[in-house]
Amino acid sequence: MSYLSPGLPAPVAARDGLDAPFWDGLANDKLLLQRCQSCERWQWGAEWVCHRCRSFDLTFEETEATGIIYSHQRVWHPVHPALKEHGPFVIVLVELPHADNVRLVGNLIGDPHQSLDIGAPVTGVFEHHLDNDPVFTLLQWAVGSS
Amino acid sequence: MSSRTLRGQVAVAGVGQTEYYKWGQAPDPEFKLAIQAILNACDDAGISPTEIDGFSSYSNDRSEASRMSAALGIDDLRLAVMQWGGGGGGAAAAVANAAGAIATGQAECVVVFRALAQGQFGRFGQGPRRTTISGSAAHTVPYGLMSPAQMFAMRVTRFMHEHGVRQEALRAISLASYHHAQNNPVATMHGNPLTEEKYDSSRWITEPFHLYDCCQENDGAAAIILVPAERAADFSHRPCYVLGAVAGSHHRAAAGVHNDAHYATSTFETVAPRLYDMAKVTPGDVDVVQSYENFTGGVMMALVEHGFCTPDQVNDFFTFDNLVTPNGDFPLNTSGGNLAEAYMHGLGLTIEAIRQIRGTSTNQVRRDGVDVSMMIAGPMVTPVSSCIFGSEASL
Repeated sequence: MSYLSPGLPAPVAARDGLDAPFWDGLANDKLLLQRCQSCERWQWGAEWVCHRCRSFDLTFEETEATGIIYSHQRVWHPVHPALKEHGPFVIVLVELPHADNVRLVGNLIGDPHQSLDIGAPVTGVFEHHLDNDPVFTLLQWAVGSS
Repeated sequence: MSSRTLRGQVAVAGVGQTEYYKWGQAPDPEFKLAIQAILNACDDAGISPTEIDGFSSYSNDRSEASRMSAALGIDDLRLAVMQWGGGGGGAAAAVANAAGAIATGQAECVVVFRALAQGQFGRFGQGPRRTTISGSAAHTVPYGLMSPAQMFAMRVTRFMHEHGVRQEALRAISLASYHHAQNNPVATMHGNPLTEEKYDSSRWITEPFHLYDCCQENDGAAAIILVPAERAADFSHRPCYVLGAVAGSHHRAAAGVHNDAHYATSTFETVAPRLYDMAKVTPGDVDVVQSYENFTGGVMMALVEHGFCTPDQVNDFFTFDNLVTPNGDFPLNTSGGNLAEAYMHGLGLTIEAIRQIRGTSTNQVRRDGVDVSMMIAGPMVTPVSSCIFGSEASL
């Protein structure tokens, strides 16, 4: 059961392969984000160079899919035909304090009318879309610590 | 202090616009609209179109400079400049780029223009129609985040959370634009006023944006002709100079997947101080401001970053009474702006800033024209830009 109605564009790795390990990781229930092997800091979105030390020695490392709500929006206007009958839904921007405060965008699972609190702890939920062609996995969020 | 500046080096020769239409309703193709706006600006300046030797635009305008040069029969094209970046962030940058070229002798008569016909091309407020998506957008679109309103809503929510801003502050911005449009006969919302009740009961697009917090989508075109300052007095209107025009963005403003460290901003934190430095004015010297409303929340943050109030003064500053002519202390978006005049990606706001210097606005702040008039372009995108026009007395 997916949070949003099917029919939205499916994510695929960038043609140049930049974020491919991230999507492969989600398919295996793992959150892999970019980490510089030179200065050991995390960075996101993915880039070919570390923005802090300009090293090209970046790898994708596993990190815990937990964080806190940095900001949020409850969406009402259907921006895509697949969402026409869907009704309101919630997008959250989640900050990962244990990974240099990088942020990820996802949906907040549960009642779309729930109160939305900046700073609330959330835990990642891997949402597999195995009926889709191509298959893909999204990282969603639920309120609460793991 | 560097002597390299645009201050006082360039003047406005003429401004022009087409009729403004609801999106998809322009009777003419986009390129023809662009020509009409440019020819109207030539009429306003009293010059021949063959005097134009440069074109400056932004947001990947489709009316390409070489085709325009051929269409208008221009003999000696010298400048064809496009500012990178989407949305209206480049509206003042296009002025800066044109002025820079003139100040350095690269061109003599440059037209800044923008044309939009969304019936002919795509709309802005809808997401992509495709089965897969890759790149940065792959990390947002599958979660239903794909429209401009959604791209910026969480910045505004974060700012409102940090500073205790109430919805009424956003509402006041919208009410002021609609109020001013009622005196502007060319405004698309002329005759269609907005009330507090109408705003409050309007549907949410995405929280914290009601319908009336979001710009329209319109068809039309607008143009501004710039020339060296020595020619400022050659035209029939009150002389209007560029005091400053700057563009840019702060450290990693474009970091992917909403990772901008200065998230709760409109991208003007480093840009606005440079504008004031160049123009040699302070916020208190500014007589009137046109501030691009893609979404009201962007206007709020942009005015904070330009120093007109602190974040903690927002609830008191953004009131309808304060923002409207003739009695408000801070008249804002006096043509109706993007919300209620027309969405010309900000060029309409730039023209209104010039009208305020000339004394020809339909909501004129000072009867014979103001001395210092600011335009702020495309908050929350990157790069953004802003500019200040001045009268002879301001130099």
